[in-house]
Amino acid sequence: MQYVLLYNEIPEERAKGSDPAEAEAYWGGWMAYMGAMSQAGVLQGGNGLDVPETATTLRIANGTRHVADGPFADTKEALGGYAVIEVPDLDAALEWASRAPCAAAGSVEIRPVMPPPPGA
Amino acid sequence: MDAARRPPAAAMAEQAARASYGRLVALVSARTRDIAAAEDALAEAFAAALAQWGEQGVPANPEAWLLTVARRAAGHQSARAATAARAEDVLALLAEEREDTETSPFGDERLALLFVCAHPAIDPDAQAPLMLQTVLGLDAARIAGAFLVSSTAMGQRLVRAKRKIRDAGIAFAVPDLAEAPQRLGGVLSAIYAAYGTAWDDTLGADTRLAGLRSEALFLARLTAELLPGEAEALGLLSLILHCEARQSARRAPDGTFVALHAQDPGLWSREMVAEAEAALRRAAAMASPGRFQTEAAIQSLHAHQRMTGERFTAPLARLYDVLAGFAPTTGVMVARAVAHAENGASGPALEQLHSMEGVSSYQPWWAALARVSWLAGDAEGAAAAAATAAGLSADPAIRTFLLGGGYRFAAASSGPDESR
Repeated sequence: MQYVLLYNEIPEERAKGSDPAEAEAYWGGWMAYMGAMSQAGVLQGGNGLDVPETATTLRIANGTRHVADGPFADTKEALGGYAVIEVPDLDAALEWASRAPCAAAGSVEIRPVMPPPPGA
Repeated sequence: MDAARRPPAAAMAEQAARASYGRLVALVSARTRDIAAAEDALAEAFAAALAQWGEQGVPANPEAWLLTVARRAAGHQSARAATAARAEDVLALLAEEREDTETSPFGDERLALLFVCAHPAIDPDAQAPLMLQTVLGLDAARIAGAFLVSSTAMGQRLVRAKRKIRDAGIAFAVPDLAEAPQRLGGVLSAIYAAYGTAWDDTLGADTRLAGLRSEALFLARLTAELLPGEAEALGLLSLILHCEARQSARRAPDGTFVALHAQDPGLWSREMVAEAEAALRRAAAMASPGRFQTEAAIQSLHAHQRMTGERFTAPLARLYDVLAGFAPTTGVMVARAVAHAENGASGPALEQLHSMEGVSSYQPWWAALARVSWLAGDAEGAAAAAATAAGLSADPAIRTFLLGGGYRFAAASSGPDESR
């Protein structure tokens, strides 16, 4: 089954990526994690995302387009990246999710990829 | 809620639950073999206790009170679904009530329950969780977190296991251990699995897992007490005590992971080391060696190595060979390769590691490869393996340790590692 792992980070964790004292350990952790998934042959794709401050959100209400700076939801945790993995079941997906550096400094949301709708 | 502010009825009910949940489940389900129904009945009994003890005071023997109420509830449940055969069970159940509540009702029922949980007909993945739930009363969500499966999946696993026990008519009895030593092995392995799950959490950050460690230790103690003549039960107790003794030394004050070779033995629990050594001596006197005694002996040697500064790499490698004879599991084979490398045989150790299959996402294998490669003089290969091991670890402290080169230290056979 295919799952998407959505990696949410708290601001303190995200800040480590650009802190000279912490950057090496931070990126080393992510590289090791993605490398291990790739080595195990479960990684199908994925990306890291730039910091939430770089987001722009568009919404159309009553025919009017609203463009706003920042992410849609102004929560403490923010989406920092995602991976698409192919594993036998949810337990296996949970195991990979638990290894993500942000699992202990944020959260990982695990979503099954929807099969194509009938007739598609 | 703060324990001191809790009403006495609630505190007493909780205390009774903690201390005797497993015994109560065992007593109520022993005849019907229906653990799920017994748990429902106990839940009713605890609810009744909360209501009634608050108004009328706590009874003199809270456990006997709970047992009586739970048995009645179980009797009502069975009666509702009664068949002729079941009705007999209910009658017998009610007949036992008077005798049991007058004397101490708690004998070795928990032991029978442990054997039921570890019956070979039960899904091996369900055995340790089932013990934790039925003997200690942990809820499914908490067990799910510890074993890293979804609460729904764990709930289903437990329900299926209980249904199997009821429908297959698995006997609530302690098997004849002379005839079926593997049944004891199942019980011990399930306890060990529960402990191992919690032990992996080196940070100790997850308080639920810290609780699981002490609960596994509780089960190991219980088994060793209930089966004083079984050397392997003592072996498991000794093994868990040795590991548990080092718990506070595995972390530096800043939260970083401290490997065994760098731990300060002064931080170990002396009481637990002493208890572990005593249990192992008692086991050894029975002259009936086995897997857990061998693992305990390995931990005992590690402890002596650290406390005395003497080197035991050769006996350790030999003990791992013995262990591989008892339990050639992937984990044991990986640890054995490292033991041989520490004893100067890094070439053969590398061969052992590379001959293993199904290890591509097994974290300990990659950590072992890092260490053995480093001892073999392959710094580059070691770093690559350590990175993969770090990526496979769910523990931030272990990740940092591996990426920071924690596997690079002199072999114990070439000098005390403090000199590095």
